[in-house]
Parts: sequence; structure tokens; C-alpha cells
Amino acid sequence: MIHFVLHDAKDTVAVVVVEGVKAGQTLSGWIMDEDRMTSLEARQDIPIGHKIALKDMATGDTVWKYGIDMGKVVAPIKAGEHAHVQNIKTKRW
Amino acid sequence: MPVIQSDTTFLGYRRENGRVGVRNHVVILPLDDLSNAAAEAVAHNIKGALAIPHPYGRLQFGADLDLHFRTLIGAGCNPNVAAVVVIGIEDGWTKKVVDGIAATGKPVVGFGIEGHGDHDTIMRASKAAREFVQWASEKQREACPIAELWVSTKCGESDTTSGCGANPTVGNAFDKLHPLGNYLCFGETSEITGGERIVAERCKTPEIAERFMFMFNRYQDMINRHKTTDLSESQPTKGNIAGGLTTIEEKALGNIQKIGKKCTVDGVIDKAELPTHPGLWFMDSSSAAAEMVTLCAASGYVVHFFPTGQGNVIGNPILPVIKICANPRTVRLMSEHVDVDSSGLLQREITLDQAGDKLLECMLRTANGRLTAAEALGHREFVLTRLYESA
Repeated sequence: MIHFVLHDAKDTVAVVVVEGVKAGQTLSGWIMDEDRMTSLEARQDIPIGHKIALKDMATGDTVWKYGIDMGKVVAPIKAGEHAHVQNIKTKRW
Repeated sequence: MPVIQSDTTFLGYRRENGRVGVRNHVVILPLDDLSNAAAEAVAHNIKGALAIPHPYGRLQFGADLDLHFRTLIGAGCNPNVAAVVVIGIEDGWTKKVVDGIAATGKPVVGFGIEGHGDHDTIMRASKAAREFVQWASEKQREACPIAELWVSTKCGESDTTSGCGANPTVGNAFDKLHPLGNYLCFGETSEITGGERIVAERCKTPEIAERFMFMFNRYQDMINRHKTTDLSESQPTKGNIAGGLTTIEEKALGNIQKIGKKCTVDGVIDKAELPTHPGLWFMDSSSAAAEMVTLCAASGYVVHFFPTGQGNVIGNPILPVIKICANPRTVRLMSEHVDVDSSGLLQREITLDQAGDKLLECMLRTANGRLTAAEALGHREFVLTRLYESA
């Protein structure tokens, strides 16, 4: 079972691809570009399609996905937490 | 053996101008909002005729009016259309659309309502439509080279599974079609925000990259002129955010997976313009699904790849829309809308190459006549892009 996927080993967030991920659950992740597995413990419930933080991040940090800048951290995030609009915003517009 | 190679054929309708369509519609095309009622009455009278109502066409001017004509004429010229009956409130602009479509050599006739009223117009237009429908019904499909299939793409109600699964599936199919000489198209200018450098680097020449960046910056200027927020909930949409997408950059990086890993961007067109040579074209366009797909139809594309994550249900009256989804929850809850399930990609049950082939198989079956989910469900969203207010 693959619980989350990330594109690039450099990414700081990954996508949950199964339903029902719960806090405390140990998750298996697939690094697509390198075709290798990794694992991480979820600190919060995370819905399918939503992102899980892969490392601790501070306000102002750049968030990496696809190996590319996808926005900035606006509230501190811990590895395993739900990473979304409550703690990440666009750098555009 | 690959699903498609240079000698692969599909069964299409060859039109008078040499282009090949995969549908055989007789369209009742209103010039303007006022003519929708008559157009729909004709389509009700004549079985097999298809009205494509829309809300515009009055008091437009300048570039917005040019786009209106380009979109209507382009839709009529699309090779998925066998013949067209145009109905407008008056004769002048009606004739302009008729003349534009007549350049393809296909049967087309126009009727103005003023001085006649709806009853007389509906009667005359129904007679013409009846002749066209019976004429078109004798057209036969013939084997046509794969390279003659024009394929466009645009995604909608995307979520993070779009960028990981459904969009790369389209990208893989585009990477396989591109070397065969197909006309391909992508767009959604605002939805490239954050990935514009990647697209510019994929342009075949510096001139094409410069033209792409001109279109990109023109759209950014428009957004900056009108915005009152950072556009969150509009772009990305509420549905995107519910699906887990957080920023426009993230959405864009997923979006551009649709152009694959190898395709070059070989040209840039404005909205509803006709591409002039084979290859992958960037069309400056709205990111709203029905607007973009309508523009693709007007540019002459005959099959459309539409990846979705949360389950956009869009169709188009003349351009078959093939839905690809990699979100297992959406595939389960909205299966009647999904033509190609690529959710196996995210569990490593299938490879990207296999997912791309599955889409190409569906493309060939669709081209040969199989109705898409959106066609079977009656989705016929025909939405014209407006550039600004009416005069």
C-alpha cells in the first residue's frame, strides 16, 4: 500500500493518495522520480489528495513540490502535519 | 507493440476541405442570444440536428467582437460538423458567419429573424436542416492516418492526483502523438503561473518562447488590473482547494504535466485561432473548462483529453471530451463521468507508459465513434469567452 507520493526527493510536501489516513499512523511513501520508498508518521488526520509535510518548516520558508517552488509557509508546520491553505500561501498575485 | 504508430488509422469523416472529423453533427448555430429560441425549436423539429445556444452576440465590438465571430465560425468549420444552419436576429452578421463557414466548402445556410418572426424563420430553417440531416446521414467513415487527428487538452476541478496521475497520463499520450505529426493543443494561460519558465524552456525557438511570454504576461497584467485578493478560491478554485491543492503555483506545476516530458511547444495562437502546422500549440485561453474546450473546438480540434481530480463533468456539443481520473475516490463516486481510470498509477499497479496507452486506446475508440461519458450524459457546454463589456 502506498499512502503518499512525492515527485522529487527534494520536495518538502507529499500527496496522500488513500482515504482515511489517521494521526499516529505510519505511512509508506513513493518517491516517483527515483522510484524508491520512504516512510513517515502522520501527526494529523489527512484527507485523500491533501498534502503531508515531510519536514519541519518555519514561517517564510519556501515549499517544494515537483522539485520546484510552490509557495511560502505562513504558519509553522511540523513533519507529518496537514500542509494546506492554513499554513501555505501563494507567492504570486 | 505500441498502441499507435505512424501507420495507425482511425475511422473518420473526410470533409470538403480535406480535414477529418470524428462526429457528423448538423449544427443549428445562433448568431446571438435572441436567436437561441428559434435554433432550439429547429433542433426540436428535426431529429439529428443539434442546437448550440449561447448568451452573447449583441453590441460587442473590437477584439471581443472579432473573437465572437472567430469562435462561431470556427465551431461551424470544425470537421466534426457536417453542415450548419445559422440563425441570427438580422441578416448582415448572420451572413458573415455563413460566409466564414462556407469557405470550408461544407453546406451552410443562414436565416435572419427580423421581418419574418420566429414562426416563419423556424419553418424555413427546419426545411434546410431536414435536408442537411438526411444528406449527412449518408456520409461514411473512412480509414484516415492517425496524424490527421487533432487532439487538444485542458484539465478541470483538478486536485493533487491530477498532477501525479491524470495529467502525466495525458503528457505520456502527447509524447507519443507528437512525433507522428499530430496537431496538439494546450492553454489555460493563468494556470501556468509558477510554471511559465518551464513552458518557455520547452518552446522550440526563442521566437516562440517570446510569443508565449507575451501571452503569459498579457494575462498576468489583466489579473493584476482586476484582482481584489490573491484569487484563492477562484484560482485555485474552491473545488481545487477541497481536493488538496493549495496555491496557483502547485496547480500550475500539475497542469503542465499534460505537455509530457519530450514534446516541444511548436507554436502559439491567440484564442480560437487556427494552428498552421503540426506540433504542440499553446493557445492563450481561459482556464475555465467550458470556455477553453469551446475555444479548442473553434480552433479545429476534434478530440479532447480532459483530466480531472475532483470530478468536473464538462462536455462540449461538437468536441468529444475524454475524461481521465487518477483519484480513486472520484472514480468510485462519479464513475459514470470517467472514461479512463488511471488511479492504478498512484499505487504502482500500472506504469505511466501503460496509462498513456490506455488513454490512446480510448482516443482511438472515441475517434472511431464510441460516445464519451460526457456525450452519453448529454453534456453540451458551449461557452463563449468575452474579453470586456458590451458597447
